[in-house]
Amino acid sequence: MRSRSCIDERAARKAQPALRKVGRGASGRGHGNAVPLPGPASGRRDQRRGMPPMMRWETRDEICELVLADEPCNEIGTHMLEALERFVAEARKLPARALVIRSEVRSGFSAGADLRELYAGILTRPREEHVPALRSFLDRIHAVMDALDTLPMTTIGAVHGVCFGGGFELALTCDLLVADRTARFGFPELRLGLIPGFGGIPRLRREVGNAVVRDLLLTGRTINAKKAATLGFVSQVVAPGEATDVARRMAAQAARFDRDAAVTAKAFLKPLPREELAREKEHFVRLFQNPCVTEALRRFVESKDVRPYLP
Amino acid sequence: MSDTVTRLMALAARRFKADAAKLRAEADFFETLGIDSVQALELLSELELEFDVEIPDYELQGVKTFTALAERIDKRR
Repeated sequence: MRSRSCIDERAARKAQPALRKVGRGASGRGHGNAVPLPGPASGRRDQRRGMPPMMRWETRDEICELVLADEPCNEIGTHMLEALERFVAEARKLPARALVIRSEVRSGFSAGADLRELYAGILTRPREEHVPALRSFLDRIHAVMDALDTLPMTTIGAVHGVCFGGGFELALTCDLLVADRTARFGFPELRLGLIPGFGGIPRLRREVGNAVVRDLLLTGRTINAKKAATLGFVSQVVAPGEATDVARRMAAQAARFDRDAAVTAKAFLKPLPREELAREKEHFVRLFQNPCVTEALRRFVESKDVRPYLP
Repeated sequence: MSDTVTRLMALAARRFKADAAKLRAEADFFETLGIDSVQALELLSELELEFDVEIPDYELQGVKTFTALAERIDKRR
């Protein structure tokens, strides 16, 4: 049995955004897919020292497992992006035929972009830096998502709980999704005056009909695992807590096939919608400059409501 | 009390380990169950699967009591 593991210690040592609260309350959770501007230079770069790593991966028997472990719900900000970049830089060199992506955070797979970091970036950076910083972040997160999407191995997402915004977009890079009955999918970006910006619209359109994408986006509604399977972007629905085990068995099965055949099938069936991804990015950058976005972020950050998703 | 309210409260009590006998149909279920937004989403998924309905989030605007929630479910069945 061959095993190779990596704990993202560097990410663990990075600072968290100054405004981010850690905890399970609604006010401590990002949601949706706004793009974090690089956070303020807080001088607190060692804030995460001693905390558990936000991400780790291990390869065993030609199956790699990428574990997201950043409380409260794997929000995607600068440090998660850096950790993902380190993973994708290594992933093509791993002796793996299949990849399982899962979260060990209780609340779910990922709540999406780190909205607190985004808001802090708006408040602390000069206005003229907003768009360049946003473009830089978008280019980097798109590169990560595209790399995950096209890895030369079968990728399986094991989803439970919250899978919103940027987290949903991360899940949609996977070739196959297994969701347990607690999983809930949604794109709440329009509540912030935005659209998904990490490639979510083109990737979901690749899997389901345009009307389904409009239903999710234009109402901001969320859907459960069974509905997601009916629509077709979730392969299997399993009992609560069982998604990881099922994903591992799927990975073991996928790893038996000839590598060239599996990679060819994947590339043939799942081409990158490059042109649409580029256009989505431009729409996002334009919308981000509307004043309503800053105001919506302020409301989110300052909200004490325990029910932001069920207003 | 409707059958839906009874089933709903029993499910919520089981899910969040509350005393079903102490739940009141007109109570605010967030406060009574002491749940946060993530747990509310879990409850929503469970209700949809248990009652075989779809309840878009916006349908729950202003819904706070078990009775009101049961009415929303019944309108979708």
